[in-house]
Amino acid sequence: MDFFVQQIAAGLTSGAIYACVALGLVMIYVSTDHINFAQGEMAMFATYLAWAMIDAGLPYWVAFGLTVAIAFGGGLFIQRVVLKPLENAPVLALVVCFIALLSIFNALAGMIWSYTIKQFPSPFPARDIFGNGLVSVQQLGVVAVTLIMLGALTVFFRYTTLGLAMRAAAQNATSARLMGVRVSWMLALGWGLAAAIGAIAGMLVAPIVFLDPNMMTGILVYGFAGALVGGIGNPMGAVAGGFIVGVLENLVGSYVIGNELKLTFALIVVIGVLLLKPAGIFGRVIVKRV
Amino acid sequence: MAAIVNGWAMKKGFGLVAIIFWIVLALLPMVGLITEDPSFEYYMFMGQSMLIYAIAVLGLNLLIGFNGQISLGHSAFFALGAYTAAILMTFGGWPFWATLPVAGAVCFGAGFLFGFPALKLEGHYLALATFTLAIAVPQLLKYKPIAPWTGGVGGVLLDKPEPPEWLGLSVDQYLYYLCLIVAILMFWLVFNLLRSRSGLAMMAIRDHAMAAGTMGVDTALYKTVTFGISAGITGVAGGLSAITIAYVAPDSFTLQLAISFLVGLVVGGLASLPGCLIGGAFIVLVQNSAQSISDWMKTTFALRYDVPAWAIYGVLLLLLMYVMPTGVMGGITALRQKISGRRTTRVNAPSSTVVRPGKTAGETTPAA
Repeated sequence: MDFFVQQIAAGLTSGAIYACVALGLVMIYVSTDHINFAQGEMAMFATYLAWAMIDAGLPYWVAFGLTVAIAFGGGLFIQRVVLKPLENAPVLALVVCFIALLSIFNALAGMIWSYTIKQFPSPFPARDIFGNGLVSVQQLGVVAVTLIMLGALTVFFRYTTLGLAMRAAAQNATSARLMGVRVSWMLALGWGLAAAIGAIAGMLVAPIVFLDPNMMTGILVYGFAGALVGGIGNPMGAVAGGFIVGVLENLVGSYVIGNELKLTFALIVVIGVLLLKPAGIFGRVIVKRV
Repeated sequence: MAAIVNGWAMKKGFGLVAIIFWIVLALLPMVGLITEDPSFEYYMFMGQSMLIYAIAVLGLNLLIGFNGQISLGHSAFFALGAYTAAILMTFGGWPFWATLPVAGAVCFGAGFLFGFPALKLEGHYLALATFTLAIAVPQLLKYKPIAPWTGGVGGVLLDKPEPPEWLGLSVDQYLYYLCLIVAILMFWLVFNLLRSRSGLAMMAIRDHAMAAGTMGVDTALYKTVTFGISAGITGVAGGLSAITIAYVAPDSFTLQLAISFLVGLVVGGLASLPGCLIGGAFIVLVQNSAQSISDWMKTTFALRYDVPAWAIYGVLLLLLMYVMPTGVMGGITALRQKISGRRTTRVNAPSSTVVRPGKTAGETTPAA
């Protein structure tokens, strides 16, 4: 029984991280309708920046804040400079572009910080909460950060003018433009937010899996799976999906197929959801007008 | 005379330029025999890799360039082909050449099956599903219960085939010819396929799936079969790579391999057969000269760091998307059209004639 509870707790922790990644993917998806394959590598790169700052002597939370700010600016910059010229390009050009970004970030991180594994500090102590070895403060902290972020985003989108403008730009660009919303900048803002969320996800995961340029590859796949399970157009759903995938992954891993096929499990989840319920559990079915 | 040969060649399925090109490729190993340069064996090995990548890119091009389905997971089929060949040679004692058709068939089957879920997915989603496939494959190949066949993490070591003595060729020359013959076969196959009704149907689906369906094209069948053929061709390339390198291991079939196919495709040119060869050569050249490119950049731009091949690939992909989205072959075609005046022969562009109101339908006015 203890083992089971431990697995659930571990699943919720990794689920929280998948939820963060999924949230970043959803951010970009709702604002631009694209699936960003470079999301994981962008997060990884931001985490390296944080590491470099901490290594240089900055306190953890200062580095954390700075990294989120830099990531936000970087995301904005990428959308403005790299993706703006391709706004009306076919899907393939965009996919190629995302893959290019993925390679560049991966190579840059390896180039600047080398491929050796680095330790990343955690702001949360690793000790138990209840003293029975089931749930650690670290795990609780990761889940809490994810939930706080979700809450903040929900408030932002529901109760602020800017959030409303962003939603309007995503849902009906033409009407939004007529109402005076600067649609193109809203897309850029979506990218900035996604990059910032990704940076937080990276900094949460780095203490657990250690920092190396390839640390996000597997996590990105789970993030995809989580976003799809919850419905890729729905932030709340994506977070729920992330948690579901995290718990399922741990349970299936420890009771059914073992740790060696965890990525195959993600593959099956992705294909299964896309086939059986493409809108996800909480998503709305979108009818396309031809 | 040239016109006659050209006409004959077109009918036979190859342009004159293409035939000359293949003959030149076939004569290349002779250079080594004449110069007796010991490093020539290495160039032969590079030639093999270029041809293998060209075949893999050809498979991918059939899917992306001619059918409009995006795949980031063709490394999976390359791996499947390589492992099929390796396992048949090691455990079945098959001769190397006999494993290639089987590798192709197995990958065709796998691609066909993967094509079914792919049917429901379009654009980004298909890219996503195949991306996941590419990431899952290395881990799947390391799976313990199948390790007796796949060799687990360590992979499988093979013997390089020995050339028969009467040919008088070295091992690498012999393997080069093997790759060349397979490449010619594959290109010939795809060339003819594209000129057939099926090929037209594939391209019609790419250009407008719904219109193609209305015209009676069974879009579901064609898409799955195209996925199968594409995977099969890439699988043959995988089998060839297992034979020529004489070693297969899970970590050579990562997402990065799939990305390098994509790089080759985009550099060579979408929906262009000669472009596949350019792409294949390009991949190998960048991989081989990554170190010297890196050194050059370090001295020229006074960089403190090594520049890895992936950074070069990435930057190139981005630049190409802006400057030359149709790749080298697309660029050449555009240049030729510019030189030969206004004789535009764009196939995919919308009709350049506009029916003006007030005129009869037969009278058309060329668009400005």
